Amino acid sequence: MEYLIHLAILFSIYAILGVSLNLVVGYTGLLSITHAAFYGIGAYTTAILLTKTGVGFFNSVILGIIVAIALSFLIGVVLSKFKGDYYALGTFGFNTMIFAIFLNWQNLTMGPFGIPGISKPELLSINFANNFNFLVLALIFLGLIYFIARFITKSPFGRVLKAIREDEKAIAVFGYNTPYFKLAIFSISAAMAAVAGSLFASYLTFIDPSSFRLMESTFILAIVILGGLANLRGAILGALFLILLSEILRFVGFPPDIAAQMRQVVYGVILILVMLYRPQGLMGEYKL
Amino acid sequence: MKILETKNLMKHFNGVRAIDRLSIGIEKGQITGIVGPNGSGKTTLINLLSGVLEIDSGEVIIDGIKKLTRVLPHQVSSYGITRTFQNVRLFEQMTVLDNILVVVTERNVFSSLFEKRIEYHHKISEEVLQKVGLWEKRNQLAVNLSYGQRKLLEIARTLAMKVEIYLFDEPFAGLFPEMRKIVASIIRELKQKNKTVILVEHDIGLIRELCDQIFVMDEGKLLAEGEPEAVLKKRSVIEAYLGE
Repeated sequence: MEYLIHLAILFSIYAILGVSLNLVVGYTGLLSITHAAFYGIGAYTTAILLTKTGVGFFNSVILGIIVAIALSFLIGVVLSKFKGDYYALGTFGFNTMIFAIFLNWQNLTMGPFGIPGISKPELLSINFANNFNFLVLALIFLGLIYFIARFITKSPFGRVLKAIREDEKAIAVFGYNTPYFKLAIFSISAAMAAVAGSLFASYLTFIDPSSFRLMESTFILAIVILGGLANLRGAILGALFLILLSEILRFVGFPPDIAAQMRQVVYGVILILVMLYRPQGLMGEYKL
Repeated sequence: MKILETKNLMKHFNGVRAIDRLSIGIEKGQITGIVGPNGSGKTTLINLLSGVLEIDSGEVIIDGIKKLTRVLPHQVSSYGITRTFQNVRLFEQMTVLDNILVVVTERNVFSSLFEKRIEYHHKISEEVLQKVGLWEKRNQLAVNLSYGQRKLLEIARTLAMKVEIYLFDEPFAGLFPEMRKIVASIIRELKQKNKTVILVEHDIGLIRELCDQIFVMDEGKLLAEGEPEAVLKKRSVIEAYLGE
């Protein structure tokens, strides 16, 4: 049972990441490969605040959101002028830069040694050290983020995002300053990823930079593409599928010394097959 | 009264002058035709007026007051200008209705998140889609429409903007006679409402039928201007455009 709860918590965290990235990639058509950076920013903000100050978990989530928004705004101002391959390359660079900061700013992040001893959330008399309670908390955050994402995508703002995805130049002629919209959704998405990071840090009680490298961004991107671009439920399905797949592959019986690499190979093959036979993903409405 | 003017407008592409010191004035409430052979700069002119291309030099004057040396695409609608494209540019993976709704909603991030005039915007969208006969197809994706229907949807999108100046780039190209009638009647109706239409068109019959004045372009320059009947009789126009 503990194992299933553990998987459900991981699923909730990755579902938040998938839903939030889908706003940028699926709805706005911007190929972002930097979600792990904002996930890490949330995680490190929570880890640092909980281990070095008296700030509680919930306040650290809010501060993580603020830091993610501030940084996404800074990089987003530049990125919003780009589209297509250039946008993807720009986000790629940002993830690499943030990872380098996590790894090398040892006074703050403790570098490759990571930050241990991160406390669990505390609220009233609820004990979040109990994994079931933590799962409920993670599901509440997932529900909240899903609700916000749904509100955004159903609003006229969401319609403009889709129009940017379809033809940015054409929608601009109708009076939309598209970089503002791209910047806004990038920052909203980054804030949501930071929430997932805070949950991750507090759940594991230990983080190090390896969880936020470029590979993690591509994994989150795979969740979105596999589940379905421009479909929020698709992103949740994608998270469920890839988390379960990862666990199932543990029992396949690959030789221990190449098991990790073989799992990556299987991921890769599955993604290629999806791109070949169902490019819009399992539930998607749009092809890259 | 001139609602739109260009003064010494210039645009180069790799050293080639696509628009060469073009100075024209468009009368308010009239239908103005822009004609000329392929590559004469008609579409480039529309792209410059709508901010899709940047002006190299010269200026665009709106209402005789606003002098612009740089036209930004997202500001074009605030000058009262909208357009269609020579090659139809719809929001393909969006429904017919959403293709209209997206151009009538609020223009800034915050207000578009908390839209208040949803019913009014739906009413405008229904009105323009009824006009072009696409209301029944409102829930279809734009990508699934026929070529003619796509052209009509693009025109409906401009009508929803309710602006003063309409730039139509070959709106009749590839349309069936029935659809041509719809587009012609829309253009006439705009004139009746004292709106200004700039029409890029190759069909001389339609130009004669619809336009109050025309500008003939050749190699980015203005070759002739005036009422269609008079201009189309000029020897220089016949040689350059009709090749006779």
